[in-house]
Amino acid sequence: MDYLLTEEQIMVRDLARKIAQEKVKPIAAELDAKDEFSWPLMKLLAESDLFGVYIEEKYGGMGGGILELCLVTEELSRACGGIAVSYAASALGTDPIILMGTEEQKQKYLPDLASGRKIAAFGLTEPNAGSDAGAMECTAKKDGDHYILNGTKHFITNGGEAETYTIIAMTDKTKGSRGASAFILEKGMPGFTFGKKEDKMGIRPSATRELVFTDCKVPKANLLGKEGQGFILAMKTFDMSRPGVAAQALGIAQGALDLALEYSRQRQQFGRPICSFQGIKFMLADMAAQTEAARGLVYGVARMIDSGNTKVTKESAMAKMFASDTAMRVTTDAVQIYGGYGYMKEYPVEKFMRDAKITQIYEGTNQILRDVIANNLIKESLAASKK
Amino acid sequence: MNIIVCIKQVPDTTEVRINPETNTLIRDGVASIINPFDTYAIEEGLRLKERFGGKVTVITMGPPQAETALREAVSLGVDEAVLLSDRAFAGSDTLATSYALAMGIKKLGEVDVILCGKQAIDGDTAQVGPGIAIWLDMPQATYVKKIEDCKEESGKKVFRVHRMVEEGHEVLDVPLPCMLTVVKEINEPRMPSLKGMMRSKKAEIIKWSAADIQAEEENIGLDGSPTQVMRIFSPEQRKGGEMLHGEVHEIADRLQDVLKELI
Repeated sequence: MDYLLTEEQIMVRDLARKIAQEKVKPIAAELDAKDEFSWPLMKLLAESDLFGVYIEEKYGGMGGGILELCLVTEELSRACGGIAVSYAASALGTDPIILMGTEEQKQKYLPDLASGRKIAAFGLTEPNAGSDAGAMECTAKKDGDHYILNGTKHFITNGGEAETYTIIAMTDKTKGSRGASAFILEKGMPGFTFGKKEDKMGIRPSATRELVFTDCKVPKANLLGKEGQGFILAMKTFDMSRPGVAAQALGIAQGALDLALEYSRQRQQFGRPICSFQGIKFMLADMAAQTEAARGLVYGVARMIDSGNTKVTKESAMAKMFASDTAMRVTTDAVQIYGGYGYMKEYPVEKFMRDAKITQIYEGTNQILRDVIANNLIKESLAASKK
Repeated sequence: MNIIVCIKQVPDTTEVRINPETNTLIRDGVASIINPFDTYAIEEGLRLKERFGGKVTVITMGPPQAETALREAVSLGVDEAVLLSDRAFAGSDTLATSYALAMGIKKLGEVDVILCGKQAIDGDTAQVGPGIAIWLDMPQATYVKKIEDCKEESGKKVFRVHRMVEEGHEVLDVPLPCMLTVVKEINEPRMPSLKGMMRSKKAEIIKWSAADIQAEEENIGLDGSPTQVMRIFSPEQRKGGEMLHGEVHEIADRLQDVLKELI
């Protein structure tokens, strides 16, 4: 399908593809087995200017948008979903600064994040606050020119590896979600420590850690937006970042489809390549059509955001939900096409199935997203019927 | 340090098909790339610049579309790119090609080192680099796998290089200016950057004709090419060796028998 990408977007996509295929793919199995965060690959992405594709030029970026971010994430995921999420989670940690940062905060933090000299992370989830983010227990108490943070955030992608963190904490518990505020934290701030790296099912090269705040002193200048805007900022951040997760899922689906297609042409049974059997053909056709449909949705939402549209909650949720469900289905079928070999770690396809699962869970489980989509549908329908 | 890198645009395949009637390469439908060995020369040029400062200029002789290869080199960080293109160059063999490149390099002015890939994947001759050195009356070292250092010796700059030979490697001191051809062991070529790619789109490519580089007519194109291609063919595949298995003494006995049969 031709998505009428600009010359620059094709350049971004092709460079990401080259790096993914030549540098990431050959070591994807090794990174998965070693469960190791890959700084060399992050450095390579940084040197190729890919961290800044969606950041404004005046802050050292390339001046593109969410579509460029999605193109890079998709291509990286085609080779390794774990490397892709390390890259995309830095954007997730950067988005709140782009959305609500003051000029001073942008000048201070964005250039290093655009160049990839530093990577970012976003901290919202807590042990007792997953889908119910409003139930968070982490507190930020004002104390003169500082806020004192206490509590923990867990399952934080890039935790421990990132230098810059955007953290949501309660400044006023009595107000519920309206009492949450956002802060920019830096690794090394006194009272800011990390838990162990989680041992995950998939996306294993990405680092997932607990963030622990013990009387962590954060300067007032690091408050993002106003007090009480933390929750709304988190929701706006997700509107912007969910297409990125969708692109990750899309890339995982495409990568698994690439493998299954190639294998089905080479694998001989009953004296013929298995791709000549209708049972396999139907599977391949469904996998390809679903993946392409996901791509259309992801690029469509990304373009909507890049054109300045801010009411994208429903569409963003749709893209993430559809692409991740597609990734799970396509990767499962890809393993099926590989048959017994597909179940073995010696072959690359089972990793795609393990990597796909998380995309249905993080940045809003697909059940929460269906709730979000339906609520928006009902709201729109109500508004239309009142006219 | 003025660093010149010579590159060639080649078809993107190691299995080039040959037209049996004309004995020439079939290029139709095959994408063009920078000769893979030349990418190591570009990388080494960029690294020399990073180590010793200076400027990297990339030069190629070819049809107008060879400009794409030069732009790719610019996207990697090369400062300047020169395309030698003229109908008069058509039909050049390695002698005429090395002459044209040598004349182009002469026009560029002062040069400290010329880097080439060890050979091109289409012709596999490995003659153009050494040819350039001869035309320019420069010392040369081929199959270089490491440029260790650049030292001053009695007022002259000298590169200490390691060159691969069948039995191992040689360490040579080569006085500058010199021509080096490099092997893939020398480095790992970098990836382009987006900023480099943007720059390469706008970069001005210097284009010189045969007249611009004051090339003598009898030295270029078909007139300057004494090579006669009699026949082109794929060499016979080498047969795989026989692996001997078993206990050491069994293998030794078997080996002895094989050797005896050969005598």
